[in-house]
Amino acid sequence: MNEMFENAVFFGVTISLCAYGLGLIMQKKFKIAVFNPLLISIIITMLVLKVGNISYDKYNEGAKYLSYFLTPATVCLAVPLYEKIELLKSNWKAIIAGIVSGVITSLGSILAMAAFFGLDHKEYVTFLPKSITTAIGMGVAEELGGYVTLTVAVIIVTGIFGNVFASAICKIFKITDPIAVGIAIGTASHAVGTARAMEIGETEGAMSSLSIAVAGLITVVGASIFANFM
Amino acid sequence: MKYLKQFGIILAISFAGELLNKILPLPIPASIYGLVILFALLHFGILKVDHVKETSTFLIEIMPLMFIPAAVGLLESWGIIKNNVVPYIVMTVVSTIVVMAVSGIVTQLVSKSGCKTERREQA
Repeated sequence: MNEMFENAVFFGVTISLCAYGLGLIMQKKFKIAVFNPLLISIIITMLVLKVGNISYDKYNEGAKYLSYFLTPATVCLAVPLYEKIELLKSNWKAIIAGIVSGVITSLGSILAMAAFFGLDHKEYVTFLPKSITTAIGMGVAEELGGYVTLTVAVIIVTGIFGNVFASAICKIFKITDPIAVGIAIGTASHAVGTARAMEIGETEGAMSSLSIAVAGLITVVGASIFANFM
Repeated sequence: MKYLKQFGIILAISFAGELLNKILPLPIPASIYGLVILFALLHFGILKVDHVKETSTFLIEIMPLMFIPAAVGLLESWGIIKNNVVPYIVMTVVSTIVVMAVSGIVTQLVSKSGCKTERREQA
């Protein structure tokens, strides 16, 4: 029985899709932030693997084809960004100020908390790129000598957290301007958060897409400076 | 045919991004190079939005799905996370909230002050 599942290439994709579909239904029904389709699909898929005693590698043999589309999808973020170019031009000062202050806050808060919890240098640099997109973040962690697998895990958790709680956080801090909402989500929670920003609105999505690239690149420079502080 | 063509264009740009990532010694991933290339092609009128519109809308719409495999992979990372799980989670959650709040508030403040000066200039 188990082998039947494990050897099926379409198993991983099917279970992920079904779990996501179920998540969408639950989101419509309950309208609570925690019933986020991404979060629900992750939990359901994990449970199925645990209960069915199916290894992650076997699951990923099929599911990796979902990840395969991540690069083309990220490339496509250029389209909404292009469509909002006028907005970008007329607000560039606010946008740059928002992203730069976000990146500095990210690095600074990691430094403060790493010192507070008494983490060592290797753990500290592992967390520095936590708010940027995985592909850039992995490179930064490697360069600074962090635990790359841990960096990937932290980046993903950051993204999911941002995806789930973005609307709530923006509401609490009275961030209502669509440009500001987009910049906030993209700078704090990269591409996974941007997926949520796209659902909120076109402007939010476009600004969040822009933040992935800009915050990512500023962090490359910023993290290498902050790495010397602890 | 339309979708095939659109998908072909997007994949070709992804491939170009991959090449740049391999050739240039910068820590920039293929996807970001690709994003910049597509943006430039649209900006300089070499491609029109219609050339990629439907397929890009579809890919962006299903983007959350693409994160599921990596997130389920957290099961595998549990071994390194569990040693120090409380500080790790606190750091991740707190810094994400603070960064979102600061970048959002700063963007909003600067854009509002910008509007005011513009209005004053007009007056």
